[in-house]
Amino acid sequence: AGGGAYWVDSQQKRYVPVKGDHVIGIVTAKAGDVFRLDVGGSEPASLSYLAFEGATKRNRPNVQVGDLIYGQFVVANKDMEPEMVCIDSSGKSSGMGIIGQDGFLFKVSLGLIRKLLAPKCEIIQELSQLYPFELVLGMNGRIWVKAKTVQQTLIIVNILEACEYMTAEQRKQALAKLSGN
Amino acid sequence: MLQGYLGEYTAPLIHGLIHVAVRLCRDAWLQRRAQAAPEERGERGDTSVLAGLYGPAEAKVSKELPDRAALEVLLRPKVGLPGVLERSREQLLRQTCEAVVLGVLHPRTAISLVLQVLSDAGSLLSCCLNAACMALLDAGLPLAALFCGVTCALQPDGTILLDPTARQEQEARAILTFAIASSDRKVLMATTKGSCSVEEMQQCLAAAQRAADTIFQFYRDSVRRRYSKC
Repeated sequence: AGGGAYWVDSQQKRYVPVKGDHVIGIVTAKAGDVFRLDVGGSEPASLSYLAFEGATKRNRPNVQVGDLIYGQFVVANKDMEPEMVCIDSSGKSSGMGIIGQDGFLFKVSLGLIRKLLAPKCEIIQELSQLYPFELVLGMNGRIWVKAKTVQQTLIIVNILEACEYMTAEQRKQALAKLSGN
Repeated sequence: MLQGYLGEYTAPLIHGLIHVAVRLCRDAWLQRRAQAAPEERGERGDTSVLAGLYGPAEAKVSKELPDRAALEVLLRPKVGLPGVLERSREQLLRQTCEAVVLGVLHPRTAISLVLQVLSDAGSLLSCCLNAACMALLDAGLPLAALFCGVTCALQPDGTILLDPTARQEQEARAILTFAIASSDRKVLMATTKGSCSVEEMQQCLAAAQRAADTIFQFYRDSVRRRYSKC
């Protein structure tokens, strides 16, 4: 018998920032020492230029307006503007930071992201057998994909978007057809 | 058989903010629940309203409230510009929605609900209420309770008709619209056009509360169907 705590999974499209969530943000402005990021919530989040691994006042990170950043929230509540950082508690970046060039960013519902981030997610395993690709999942519903060619990237994007409404059977059929070609 | 269903998602505008619900009321089905035997089955009109909900999004500084979300309702008629009647209905809808939405969880944000009338064959306000509730449900906003709208027409001889058609509304002595909450069936909003006695209003209210059960069951079935594949 457990402690009696329940997790209620509900379907939403609009993201509400939560402390500790890893999200993909789009840089919209540089205001002095702070970047403004659009994370899909009701307010833009702020990101200090010192919140990157190895960043000092002399050694600033090369961030431009329009760049994609993968970071986590250190401050996120209903009363304050959300704040993000790209380092963890020990000062290492552990996968966070500026997301590289190319690739494709698209939006899905929050429920699908949670499904993809579940420990044993078959979707990602099956897709990785199809083509090699890089994948970044943001809890705010944003996914960034990069494969070798544009066509492969778009195929992966379409499968991920369709996964929300396909059963496991239909997905396996679709992937079998693709790997057959 | 009720033909109402939740429509498809339209393509996301601007930042993927749209949650769309389509509510179709078929008069013939709803008339089966009326207390008086419905005579006109020949008139099969459809009242349908398209609802889109945006939010919680960034609010303009002039409109933001420091402790809760600012809710705004826009009702667009089928033809013409919105007039005084639309404005008064918007206020009724806004007050009903504010009573159920937990706005304190999203201070300094704006929630916009846009309703477009596609066709009007009677009972428009209750159709708008139902569409608004489904839009709130679909968007996943935190709610204290669901609500539904029921229209009662009081005929000259005293019989009560639920969800009247446009013609029945014109012939009726009074039209009463109630918004009923799902928790304990309490009244969230009541509006009357015409004259009726207090007893008659109580009878209409009782009939509306009974009818609300069917509408809430419909909500449940629609949502179940919508998420059955996830």
